[in-house]
Formats: sequence, structure tokens, C-alpha cells
Amino acid sequence: MEKDKAPDRIDRVDARAKVTGTASYAADHKIQNTVYGLLVGSTVAKGRIKSIDTKAAEKASGVLAVLTYFNTPKLPGYTTGKDPSKPPTGGQPLRFFATNEIFYYDQAIALVVADTYERVLHAAKLVKAQYEKATHKTSLEDNLATAKVPTGPRQEDYTRGEADSYKNAPVKIEQEYYHPVEVHNPMELGSIVAFWEGAEKVTVYTKTQGVQATQKSISDAFKLPLGNVTVHARHIGGAFGMGLRTWPYEIAAVMAAKKVGKPLKLVLHREQMFTNVGYRPATKQKIGLGATADGKLIGLTHEATGNTSAYEEFTEATVNISRFMYACPNVTTRYRLVPLNVCTPIWMRGPGEATGAFALESAMDELAHALKLDPVEFRVRNHADSDPEKNLPWSSKYLKECYEMGAERIGWKNRKLQPRTNQDGDWLVGYGMGAGSFGAMRWVASVKGILQPEGKLRLQCSVNDMGPGTATMMTAVAADIMGLPPGRIIIEMGSTGLPPGPMQGGSNVTATVGSAVHDVCFAMKEQIAALASKAGSVFSKANSQQLKAEDLLFSENGLSLKSDTSVRLSYSEFFKQNGLPAVEVTKESKGTEQPYSSYSFSVHFVKLRVHPATGRIKIDHVVSCADAGTIVSPKTSESQMIGGAVGGIGMALMEDMVIDQRFGRPINNNLADYHVPVNADIPTVDVLFVNKKDPIIGPMGSKGLGEIALVGVAPAIANAVFNATGKRLRELPITRDKLLEV
Amino acid sequence: MINFDYVRVSTIKAAVDAIVKDNNSLWLAGGTNLVDLMKKGVMTPQKLVDINNLPLKEIKKEGNKLIIGALALNSTVADNELVRKEQPLLALAVQAGASAQLRNMATVGGNMMQRTRCPYFYNTDMPCNKREPGTGCGALKGFNRMHAIFTDTEKCIAVHPSDMSVGLVALDATVLLSGPRGDRRIPFQNFHRLPGNLPQKDNTLERGELIVAVEIPENKLNKHVHYLKVRDRTSYAFALVSAAVAVDLEGSTIKDIRLALGGVAHKPWRLTEVENFLKGKAATEVNYKQAAALAIRGAKGFGLNNFKLKLAPNTLVEALKTATGKS
Repeated sequence: MEKDKAPDRIDRVDARAKVTGTASYAADHKIQNTVYGLLVGSTVAKGRIKSIDTKAAEKASGVLAVLTYFNTPKLPGYTTGKDPSKPPTGGQPLRFFATNEIFYYDQAIALVVADTYERVLHAAKLVKAQYEKATHKTSLEDNLATAKVPTGPRQEDYTRGEADSYKNAPVKIEQEYYHPVEVHNPMELGSIVAFWEGAEKVTVYTKTQGVQATQKSISDAFKLPLGNVTVHARHIGGAFGMGLRTWPYEIAAVMAAKKVGKPLKLVLHREQMFTNVGYRPATKQKIGLGATADGKLIGLTHEATGNTSAYEEFTEATVNISRFMYACPNVTTRYRLVPLNVCTPIWMRGPGEATGAFALESAMDELAHALKLDPVEFRVRNHADSDPEKNLPWSSKYLKECYEMGAERIGWKNRKLQPRTNQDGDWLVGYGMGAGSFGAMRWVASVKGILQPEGKLRLQCSVNDMGPGTATMMTAVAADIMGLPPGRIIIEMGSTGLPPGPMQGGSNVTATVGSAVHDVCFAMKEQIAALASKAGSVFSKANSQQLKAEDLLFSENGLSLKSDTSVRLSYSEFFKQNGLPAVEVTKESKGTEQPYSSYSFSVHFVKLRVHPATGRIKIDHVVSCADAGTIVSPKTSESQMIGGAVGGIGMALMEDMVIDQRFGRPINNNLADYHVPVNADIPTVDVLFVNKKDPIIGPMGSKGLGEIALVGVAPAIANAVFNATGKRLRELPITRDKLLEV
Repeated sequence: MINFDYVRVSTIKAAVDAIVKDNNSLWLAGGTNLVDLMKKGVMTPQKLVDINNLPLKEIKKEGNKLIIGALALNSTVADNELVRKEQPLLALAVQAGASAQLRNMATVGGNMMQRTRCPYFYNTDMPCNKREPGTGCGALKGFNRMHAIFTDTEKCIAVHPSDMSVGLVALDATVLLSGPRGDRRIPFQNFHRLPGNLPQKDNTLERGELIVAVEIPENKLNKHVHYLKVRDRTSYAFALVSAAVAVDLEGSTIKDIRLALGGVAHKPWRLTEVENFLKGKAATEVNYKQAAALAIRGAKGFGLNNFKLKLAPNTLVEALKTATGKS
């Protein structure tokens, strides 16, 4: 990116395809003779399958196969054991039909295949199983006593300075916080279309956030050479993390397609989205926070216990934010897990940090109140000027700017320091804020650029776009460097045949893939300059020096000399003169270890109203500010931030997978009963970017945005509720009943 | 989903005959609830008789009565000028229900016939006396946050989910039926029922009786109305509690009044006794609070829904205040 140049506000490049229905998602792929698969789930949460009666289903019209534990040979790759490179680590990944043990409610006990969707729906209802039931555990709160130290990553307690020293601070708070299971629930259901060519080659269209990771999982499971597995996932209808792993249903579908020898489509039901493809784990947290009377932090202890499944260990960085977010000499963190009879959790937007920040940022607000300090001022007083955990300077940090611009926009000066003193008729008005952070990562990506004679640039990378605007970002970077209008850039992505890219997760993609696009475009310009310098070219005739990229102007019309723009050639003529069909450049680009600590930061401000007589709550205004380095694609970035605020509002006020502990199963597993916000719940969300380059992370200086859009929103709302009502709510979601007569 | 037959009829007689003839058949109108129930295996008709072609969509004035055809769409009712002018409480109640998309499909008769959204009723692997009499009530000691606080039995504590019906019961509507034994009229208040010993039965319809229309008598209750629905999100959520209020004010004296609550019982909950208490009294918050205390007498919580014991009276007070401009 050129310095200090406002980036163009280009439109989302695939918006038209998405709203007109021409964008194809996994289940949209139509292959001749496709048959339909459907999973049948266990009705018990723990035990063993004694027997399964599949006779009626097998006899039903159109049924081709019913796969169960009793008739399905184990996959060749099933016994591979644990591969620490495969997330999530710890324990063997569950394979449907490889065991008769039931670990959780709705774990697949059969996969029915029929020639039409209606027939498979009908036949699946006819499968009946007998179980040897065992006593299940599905409640985190009831099983906290069984919490254990993780065996894999994040098992170590952390202490900086003196352990638990908050206890000796002049002003301190000690509180517990809780949030229940939250489910990703993207609009697009988990879907896969799989077809085999012979016994050794398989192609799948599936809902994944990383086609190469899925390729590797299928290749491992079926013991196939990597090249024999092709995975496509160009468009994803949202995922929020649920596509960061290859789920057992995907492997089962590939298995069933092989068995029936036909292309097979399997789409999960919405109910199965609650039970079979992960979620944000329920987490109980405790924060002890102490400061001097003038508001300097002395000690911080953050303990968290999250749930995992009974067959795998899933950990996330729940407590880590407390180690670096504020300047505090004494920090202790402890992290524990409780295994439950549920599916394994998976990362969900802002994984770990969103959970941890709810507790930390609520606690910061509580201590600010105890100190009679403005919560923004309290945070500024404890600003970490360098990373106190790693003892490294930040690669860039503009958190103070975020506080400032957000406070200005929300009208923070109208906030009353004393809670419950701002009234508008029967409504209580409150302001709150919460900060967020997430590691700014840059991984490895290869991008191939092909500049075609008609002045079109094709960019290829296996990375996909689950909605944040990856294709738009790639277009923006390339358009800026190559002097091309966005419409001249063609993005080819989301397939294993393309140059390898990263998973779409951890907010890494702009830094990773964007940098690779940047490098490819610059290399392409240099290559063109070298060609233009060759004897006989119009450019070398007009300029005897060896040309560099910066000596040339690149535009949709072709090339011209900067020093004399009348010297020009269209790309088609230029390529013809050089005897080239096109100019191709492939670059691998990756981040390197640096003596800096890199994080993105956000601050969210909320103004809301509570009606204590009826418990109603109305959010009036959200202002989300982000320090995410250079903003390459402003429009899609703003949308991503708005989406994060919406997710945060859902987390704060609505999201809660309710499990009836007697049966060990969710009872609100549909979108009518599991609430996420509707449009009418969402106020104006103002998005403000610092938009200052990070000089370390990569050539464009962009840090990640996807996670910090959500991290810190929920505590900002809980803090605003406190400011409005004087009641501190430490358990999410903050539903109407909890606000009744506050 | 099981296989089923589908036929379409175009006269009331044919509709009634088709159902009487075949015990495993059901009428299909908007289908917004029935199709879900069939997908979940909660209802398993072998035949659907599509009645959408019946001439029952009209909304008209006949004498001093407003007559709304059973197949009028919810969105049509909410937008209808006659309804908005003469019975604005009904328009507000309908508007508060479901989502715009559902209101565009759902009919008046279908809205009355919708089943409870109790999760135990919906999940065929769980106990539910309404779905499968004798299996017990899953909600009684389970997740009963949405459930009834007024009930005549612990066999079923489900609530009726309709907002429209709360408006209709308040407005003294009458249900017009056509059945194998001719036509019949039921006061709306007697249409839905308490569960008693037959929790599987939502209403007092007899087999083969078709809702043809609802009729609302003229009143002077169209100036001071409010429908307040407290719910977990702003749209597409069932009521935790809702209150329908229509008042005829003379100065600040309550000349006449209609009150009903939703989300509190197996039927829309008319508050006749509370109306009588308020008639002739001044429209003041003090009186509203006394009325609300009266309204909640006899209510009982089952754990997670205990908050409704406060929310219901408070919602009623709030709706009264808003309707009469005393907020």
C-alpha cells in the first residue's frame, strides 16, 4: 500500500453472486446420480449400542445402504493414533461407526443412504437402536469438582511476580463469571458432497475453513495419497470457527459415498448443528483484581474452567488475555477442564479471548467502580506500554487512540460515574465499555498471479472466504499495486489444486494472504520492468537505463513510462512483443519470528436502556474501535466489525444452548428457541479504525480483525447494564428475567 | 417425515367431508406450524386437505360486527384499515406475533390452531402428556422458563403461543364454525381450554368442525389500546408475558375496559374480574397496581418461570399506563 493513501472503498466482489444466488455453496453442487445421506443420532448421552434394527429402513423404497457400527469396517486410518499437528489435539478423533460406545446425545449411530432426499428422511426415522445406558454428565457447574489440568497445550499455571497478590491490595474485587455453551449456528448448515473415482480418488465439496486441512484429514483417514483427495470450498455461508476441523460427519459421508459407489450429498439438520459440530464451551471463571488507591493494578488472578468432551481434550486461551492486556506486576492464571458427555467444542469467533475478556473486562469495570474511577481512565492508567508477558515491545499498539475516539463518538462524557442516576422516563440509561485483543498472526501462503494480455489479473490461492471479504481484500491489495480497477481482478480460491494458503481462522488471512498478494504483485511489476528494459522495446529506446518497477506506470490500459507517458504499450502488445501469453508469478510469503509482540486491539462502547418494571433492554448505540493496522478493504472491514458487534450482542443478551441435564440433551436446538439477535435488536453500530500501519507484521502493515470485532462486546454490555441499573450481572446471557425489578 | 396424501378442496362442505371421512387427515392452511410438526414427527397425518382455496379470506363489516375470514392472512389483518380503525388492539396483537415472513403465510384460523412451543412437546423422545398422554410432563421439573403460571393441572404446564388470540379474547370475539352437524358459534373465551385431564386437547372443537370466521362486536375500545409483549428478543420470539389492554376513558375515569394476558396459561387469559374492578375507577397507577395484584391471584410458578409472577402484573401495569397515557 502506498503510504498515507486512503484505501479505495471497493464493494464486496462476490456480493452480486451471493445475493443473486449464483454463488455455489457445498450443497449446491449438482452431480448426476447423486444419492442422499442422513445421520441418525443416539437418543442417549452415554452408554453402549446393544443392537440396531435397520431392517425396516433397509426395506424402505430407494434405500441403498445403512451404515452402522455392526456392518462398517474400521477405516484404514482409524488406528493412526494421535497426531499432535492436527487440531484439536489430545486423544483420538471420534469416528462414527468405529465404536459402539456413545459419548454424547445425537452422536451418529447410523448413516442412511437413499436415492432421494424425501426417501432418506423417511427411512432414517425407521432405524431403532437398543442401548445399554450409563449415567451421563452434561453440566459444567455440577461437575466442577472433577476439573482437571489439561494434558495437552495450556496445561501450565502461569505466575508473574507473586502469586495471588491481589489479595493484599488496598482495593480489590473477587468475583465469578459464567457463560453457557454458545453455538456457531451459521446460516449454511454443515454440508458435504463426496464422490469417488474408483477406489483411490475422491473429490469433496464441503463446508470447511481450510481445504488443505480437510484434504489431509481425508487422506489420513482413508490412507490415500494427498494428491488423490480434492477438496473444494469456494463459498461458505458463515462458519465462525465451526469449519476449522474435519468433523466425523464429513468422514462418514466420504465413507458412505465409497460404499454405495455414487456421489453422495449429506446436509446436517439444524438440530445436528447443535450436537455434532462444536460450540463455544461453557466456562466458569474467577477473577481476583487488586489495585492501589490511586488505581494502579497490583495483582490479577484469572482462573477458568471450561468443558471439553468425554473423548477428546479441547483447550483455548481463555486466561491468556489477563497476562498481557494491562501493566500489572503480579499475575496468576489457572486453566482447567471438565470432560462432559457432549461433542468436542471448537473455536468460536474470538476463541478464548472472548470468554476471558468477558471476565477480565467485567472485573476491570468492577474495580474501577470500587475505586470511584472512570473505567476508561482506569484502563489508561494501567496501559501496558510493552508486552508484560513476553517482555517485548509491541509491533504496534494504538489502544489509547481507540479509547479516545470511541469515547468521543458514544458521548462518554454523558456517562454518570454513579450507577442508576441517568433516567429517561421509566427507563434507566447506562454507558459501558470493554476492550478486546487477539494475537496478530501472519502464517504462510503461496499466491500465483497471472497477468493476462487483456489487462486482467488472475490471483490463485487455496484459501477460502467464509464471509469476511477475503476475495475483496485480495482484490483491493492487487488493484492498488497494479493500478487495475477491481473488476479486472479475478480471484480463484477455495480449492486444493491451487497454491497452498492458510486456514481461514485466527484473524490471520489479511496479513498472510494479503502479504503474499502484495509480494506477487511487486514481483510481477519487477518482472515486467525487466522485460521492458530489454533491447528493442519502446521503453528501452526512450530510456536507456535499466528500468525498475517504479519507473513505469501500470494501469488497465497497459504500461507507460513515468517520465514520458506518451511512451506506452497495451499489455497485449507488450506480451506479443515479448512472445509471452501472460506474465506469471508465484510467491510464498510468510511471517518471521521477530523480537516484537503482535496483537490487534479493540474497544467497544455501548449505550443502552433498561426498563426495570418489565426487564426489557434496548441497546441504543454501539461504537466499535479497532487498532488492526492498515485497513486494506474498508467496506468489508466495517461489515466484519458490525458482524462482530451483532455476535457480541447475542453473546451478552441471548445465546444459551440449554441442556436438560436429566436427559443430557439440548432442548432449544433450533433457531426459533436458540436466540441470536434479529435486525430489530441491533442499533446503529459505528465502526472506527485507527488505520495506522504495523511496521513489523508484513508489507501492508495489516493486523487481524475478525476476532477483535467480538472480543470485549459482551462485557461492554454487561458494564453498561451495571451503569444503568446498579446491578452487576456476571452470568450470561443477560435475559429479561434477570433485569426484572433490578 | 412420513409419506402423506394431499388433496385440495374448494368448498366448506368438501373440506368438512374430507376430514370426517378420514380420521387421519388434517386441514392445511398456511402450514407454518403444521409442517414443522410433521417434520419433527409430532403430528403424523396420513392426508392433508388443503383449504387455501376456500372463500374465507374476506374482512368485512356486517351490521355492528367486524367479520374476519378464517383464511385471512395475519399480515392482511394487521394492515387492514377496518381492523386498524375499529379494533386496533387486534392489529397490534397480530403485529407482535412471529415474524413478517410467517405473518405473510399464517392465517387467522391457523393462528388459533397452532400448538404450544413447549420443547418437550416438540421432541418425540421426551415425555409429554400433550403429545403422548400418560408419559408425564417433561417441563414440570425441567426447563419451564416459558411455561404457564395459571393451570388447573400439573399434567401439562404448556402455554398457548398465539398473540392474536390474546387480542381476540379481550375483544369478546366469537368463533364461527361449520361442521358435520351444521354451523355453531363459540365465544372466543371458550374456544381454547385449560388442560385438565385432557392435555392433548388444545380447544373445544369437535372433529370435523372448521373455523370459518371470527366476529368482533363493535365497541368504544379503540382509542386507548396497547399490546405489550415482553420477549427475549425484539421480533420472532414468543412472549414471556404479553398484555392486551383496551380502555374506554371518560376524562380520567375508566368507563369500560378489556384485559387479557398471553404467555401465562394453556389458553389466552382473559381478566374479567380485573376489568370489573377497574370499571368506574380512575385511570391511575395506584389503581393499575391493585388491579395487577388481583390479576395474579392464584398464579403459581414452577421454578424457572417464577419470574412471571412479577413480570405478568408489571407488564399489565405497563400496558395500562401506555394505553391510557399515564406513563
